[in-house]
Amino acid sequence: MTQTSTVETKAVSAEAAPARGPGFDRNYLPFAYPALVITAAVIVFPWIFTIYMSFYDWKIGQAREFVGFANFTKLANDPRFIESIGHTLYFTALAVILPVVFGTIAALIFNERFPLRGLFRAIFILPMMATPVAVALVWTMMFHPQLGVLNYLLSLVGIPPQLWVYSPDTVIPSLVAVEVWHWTPLVMLIVLGGLASVPVEPYESAKIDGASAWQMFRHITLPLIMPFILVAVVIRMIDALKAFDTIYVITSGGPGTASETINIYLYLQAFSFYNIGYASAVTIVFFVLIILLTLVLLFLRQKAKWT
Amino acid sequence: MDDRKTRVTRRTALKIGAGAAGVFAAPAIMKTATAQTGGFNWKKFAGQSIEVSLTLGPRAENLRRHEKEFTELTGIKVGSEAVPEQQHRQQAVIQFNSGSPQFDVITESWHVQKRLFGKSKWLVDMKPLLADASLTAPDYDFADFTAGGLRWATQGDGRMDTLPLNIDPWMIYWNKELFAAKGLAFPKTFEEILMAAEKLTDKAAGQYGWVSRGLKNANVPVWTSFMLGHDMDPVNPKTVTLQTTTPEAIAAAEYYKKLNKDFAPPGTVGFNWNESQTSFSQGKIGMWLDGIGFAPPLEDPAKSRVVGKVGYGIMPAGPKARHSATFGDGIGIAAASKKKEAAYLYCQWATSKLMCARLLQSGGGSPCRGSSYTDKDVIAGLKLPREWLTCLQESTAIGRPGLPEIVPVTEFRDVFGVGLTNTIGGADAKAELVKATEAFAPVLQKSEAS
Repeated sequence: MTQTSTVETKAVSAEAAPARGPGFDRNYLPFAYPALVITAAVIVFPWIFTIYMSFYDWKIGQAREFVGFANFTKLANDPRFIESIGHTLYFTALAVILPVVFGTIAALIFNERFPLRGLFRAIFILPMMATPVAVALVWTMMFHPQLGVLNYLLSLVGIPPQLWVYSPDTVIPSLVAVEVWHWTPLVMLIVLGGLASVPVEPYESAKIDGASAWQMFRHITLPLIMPFILVAVVIRMIDALKAFDTIYVITSGGPGTASETINIYLYLQAFSFYNIGYASAVTIVFFVLIILLTLVLLFLRQKAKWT
Repeated sequence: MDDRKTRVTRRTALKIGAGAAGVFAAPAIMKTATAQTGGFNWKKFAGQSIEVSLTLGPRAENLRRHEKEFTELTGIKVGSEAVPEQQHRQQAVIQFNSGSPQFDVITESWHVQKRLFGKSKWLVDMKPLLADASLTAPDYDFADFTAGGLRWATQGDGRMDTLPLNIDPWMIYWNKELFAAKGLAFPKTFEEILMAAEKLTDKAAGQYGWVSRGLKNANVPVWTSFMLGHDMDPVNPKTVTLQTTTPEAIAAAEYYKKLNKDFAPPGTVGFNWNESQTSFSQGKIGMWLDGIGFAPPLEDPAKSRVVGKVGYGIMPAGPKARHSATFGDGIGIAAASKKKEAAYLYCQWATSKLMCARLLQSGGGSPCRGSSYTDKDVIAGLKLPREWLTCLQESTAIGRPGLPEIVPVTEFRDVFGVGLTNTIGGADAKAELVKATEAFAPVLQKSEAS
């Protein structure tokens, strides 16, 4: 009986599937060529060329010379590059953690039912829609130590004026403030989506068992929305690592080199100094760094799933 | 159009231009432009189209505003693009390096791009074109260009790859009201600047004696301005060697530190010209050292609280010399252009007496033509105070390049700019200059060797 069924199933499958003759692959392959060509042109070739350039002392207007791994050795001893890695990690850590924390809190608030909730949600996500360069220009004016509105607001509550992006000590936290304002709504939307998918039954059981609101959040809500939070963390981390426009417009990496991230340093080498070979080496090191950080996050995400 | 029938003198047209509203003035000026031709065939390349790449700012605005007149005069269509300074410089290098730039005409910042453009021979030598009577209008009056402008426009090998467009000498904007309140006169020496800055500073009242750029890269001309007062260039023009650790360079950096640390508003380490301008225009700053081209907004009641109170001071004398750090722009033709003659007509028009006069009158720049400053009608149409013009003329007379003529100028500005910013933050001036010199010396050496 079982044997008959298997034979019948196979016969039906063979009938439904199109006939694949000897030239099947060759007939369909041309349809993939355009995509392959485009991928090769815009992804594979630039990468190979970047690696190639990183082995040259290549400056626009000067003769190029093969230098092997000298650009990478120089990078390892370049204090500005090393400093820029520190700035990048500091900026990224703050620009991931703060929006994720505030975005999750906002999502929990906006998940509750209250009058005009839709309107407040819409207002809350408005910053996300603004163009980063426009946002940066507005914040630059707000940060001005003598004429900016931020110091005016502080003066209303008796706090002395701050230097914001005009001091090496506060420049990165100030830049992070712009990121937080701009991207917390995105995290809120992602987590809100997660909260919408959380079932109500565990809460009913927990209430019967006498669990407090905090216990329900800690042991039911948080584990259930954790995969969504991790998605938000991955997105924020990628965004923060590649942050350029806001920093460039507001500080150009300054004061001095206090907010010079890898991106800013890379831009400076490639497009201000025209050190194409050296900038290519920076790109490769930066790419490796991003891959490593992403792998760590993916591992954590997988671990959360296993848990 | 018969030029002779519509002969209107340039002087008359400028009078009209200065007094009438734009819409009425435009046709009159157009007639003037045509009248200047003196039988020269401007329409020789009618029907061609050229692309013009400009640095965003008042100079570009002046050219683009009157672009249609050029098309009417020559029959050449112009597609122009004005790109912010930093991006324009990068775009130019990338496009030139590609071998086929998308523009025929480009403006060049002499103080940053001159050597690179000259070394790479990216622009056409203007001299053969200027000597060609079939291409150069007889009334172009090349002799009218100032010696300073021509010196900037000429490369070390004698090629003149741009025509002079604008000179930007640095000077000091000073608040007459604040000076009067303290019974002070405008300083004549560096020492007097310090004394005045100290007396004008009242931190409790939010008033400061001084402001200037502190942001890395942008701050280097402030330091070199002071170096020139010590009769010292950052790079020896003859030997192309760094002079950035000389006692004069260190003294200039210490002086810069003193002014910006003790008498300038907090946060100047991050100030570029725009933050400095905003602070000065609020009426709480005594002196602001920067380029002369930033005057128009200070005299605009919609943007400034110091209208009518601004003094335009010539750079005071340093311990050894009195110089105004100067910068400038030229306009040239891409060597790869296929429409060089049409592009040359555009360059002629852009640097003509009429366009130079318009530039001066708007306060958007300081043209390199002597006639712009001597023509009474041009001066009568000036929108800025006469004191500004006097300052401009006298500053130009004591002008000296504010940045070294080397290829890696941007790297020079960045490396020394970081050191200077650290200096304002409290670091030792000498140590920062030594560190910056050590970092930059190999770059310069390599650049000169290649």
